[in-house]
Amino acid sequence: MEKRVYFKGWFLPALLITPQLLITAIFFFYPAGTAIWWSLFNPDPFGLSTKFVGFANFDFLFSDPYYKESFYTTAIFSSLVTLFSMGIALYLAVLADRLIKGAGIYQTLLIWPYAVAPAIAGILWMFLFDTRTGLISWYLGLLGYDWNHLLNHNEAMGLVVAVSTWSRVSYNFLFFLAGLQAIPSTIIEAAAIDGARFWRRFWTIVFPLLSPTTFFLVVMNVVYAFFDTFGVIHTITKGGPGQSTTILVYKVYSDGFVGLDLGSSAAQSVILLIIVGFLTILQFKFVEKRVHY
Amino acid sequence: MSGMVEKRGISYWLTHVGLSSGVLVLFFPLWLAFVASTVTNQEVIHPPMPLWPGDQFFVNYGRALIEGDSGQTSASVARMLLNTVTVAIGIAVGKIVISFTSAFAIVYFRFPARKFFFWLIFLTLMLPVEVRILPTYEVVASFGMLNTYSGLIFPLIASATATFLFRQFFMTVPDEIVEAARIDGARPMRFFIDILIPISRTNIAALFLIMFIYGWNQFLWPLLMTTDPSMNTIIMGVEQMIGGQDDVTPWPVVMAASMMAMLPPIIVVVSMQKLFIRGLTDSDK
Repeated sequence: MEKRVYFKGWFLPALLITPQLLITAIFFFYPAGTAIWWSLFNPDPFGLSTKFVGFANFDFLFSDPYYKESFYTTAIFSSLVTLFSMGIALYLAVLADRLIKGAGIYQTLLIWPYAVAPAIAGILWMFLFDTRTGLISWYLGLLGYDWNHLLNHNEAMGLVVAVSTWSRVSYNFLFFLAGLQAIPSTIIEAAAIDGARFWRRFWTIVFPLLSPTTFFLVVMNVVYAFFDTFGVIHTITKGGPGQSTTILVYKVYSDGFVGLDLGSSAAQSVILLIIVGFLTILQFKFVEKRVHY
Repeated sequence: MSGMVEKRGISYWLTHVGLSSGVLVLFFPLWLAFVASTVTNQEVIHPPMPLWPGDQFFVNYGRALIEGDSGQTSASVARMLLNTVTVAIGIAVGKIVISFTSAFAIVYFRFPARKFFFWLIFLTLMLPVEVRILPTYEVVASFGMLNTYSGLIFPLIASATATFLFRQFFMTVPDEIVEAARIDGARPMRFFIDILIPISRTNIAALFLIMFIYGWNQFLWPLLMTTDPSMNTIIMGVEQMIGGQDDVTPWPVVMAASMMAMLPPIIVVVSMQKLFIRGLTDSDK
């Protein structure tokens, strides 16, 4: 797409574009380039010596059982978060869409968690599940269940999935509700006249019409689960117990800043970069498609 | 889809029950955080904690605002709120200014390497700051920008989501408007100030909201960047107030601080809901 009408000159536009170019060059391209560069080296943390190692960092990662485990953890974690947060959001959106009056009030009451930082969400829930003083873990104890997400791998994973879901439902709800309200009511009414009941109408007509929204949300939720949940994991489990909640981005952080293994951390960044790049391309393919609808 | 198809009946009430349970689950931790911020630490650490607010509201909020965690690891909440407001507004304004001007240049001019610049900026859509965090830290450190507002702001505005959004919006502006402006002899910057900014103001406002929340809720970057407690932002600062496993965490004060960390963005989102939803569904971010 191009504008037919435009202004002449090159100095003014160059001037206008310079601030963004400078900032992206310094704080984006240079660091991203450095990450790629570092991934081919084995620098020591004090920068005293650097040795070129080619793809050895990557070779090491792909044979490292901890890294494989982190991949596996990330796959489980992001699938569960995406599935639950989208499923619950779709359910709530379908219910809200059925109301003639009051959908707006529910919308207000359901969207506010979007404004809560994942790290704060982590703190709120960690407080309730605290192994010594938490309200929920105390009641679970009364029921004879000894909750301890600091020792039990599954409980740790369950808790970070639940909290990440809690803080993501609002976002998905907004998009699903907007998607549902965009479906022409005549289509639904025609199906109703033909005798299709609510859930049959939902699965045969509504859900397929929602598929662009659903697809978009899958990509956005996977990206969310990959990166934005850092705050949830850092406040609740710090990647533990063991490595059981160390997702890829948490490993980049802990290997780089805590372990000071710059080469490996950079190589992990490059792998993440490729994954996100792939997801972005997927999303843009989809956005182009949506324009034709 | 419309509600018209369904009649009132059991399903009507089930709809309300379903939605209300969703609302309750979302509010549950918020309510208990509020309760915990109004009672004494003794009441919190001897479970079960109360379910109804106590009388320590002013004590806990006052302590959090003025003392923080008594200077052990974090600054006072008042100081952290000031830092966070500065950073969030800096990110929102900075991003809007650089994106608006560069989108204007890309859409309304023809200059050499315009396509190249566009793709360069577009590439940045792909990478969150988390991926390039270590090298970015090095860059910021080498500029001596650790523990500064600019160090907190600049790396977070180095992406092109907003440029992309403004470009898309400019493409929908009818060419006749530019044509008319040119016939009237308006120079580019006249057009920019008198026409483009006024017709973009809803988009600018919506984007401001989204970026403000984004900036307010940053966690990892300020956590790495601010070794000096007086530069802490509220989100990472609250996390710092929680002691290690064997320390005694002053829960009521931490929860008061959490409430103050959450409420400003919640109020912004809820009170400007329409604009916010519009911005969100437009920017797809």
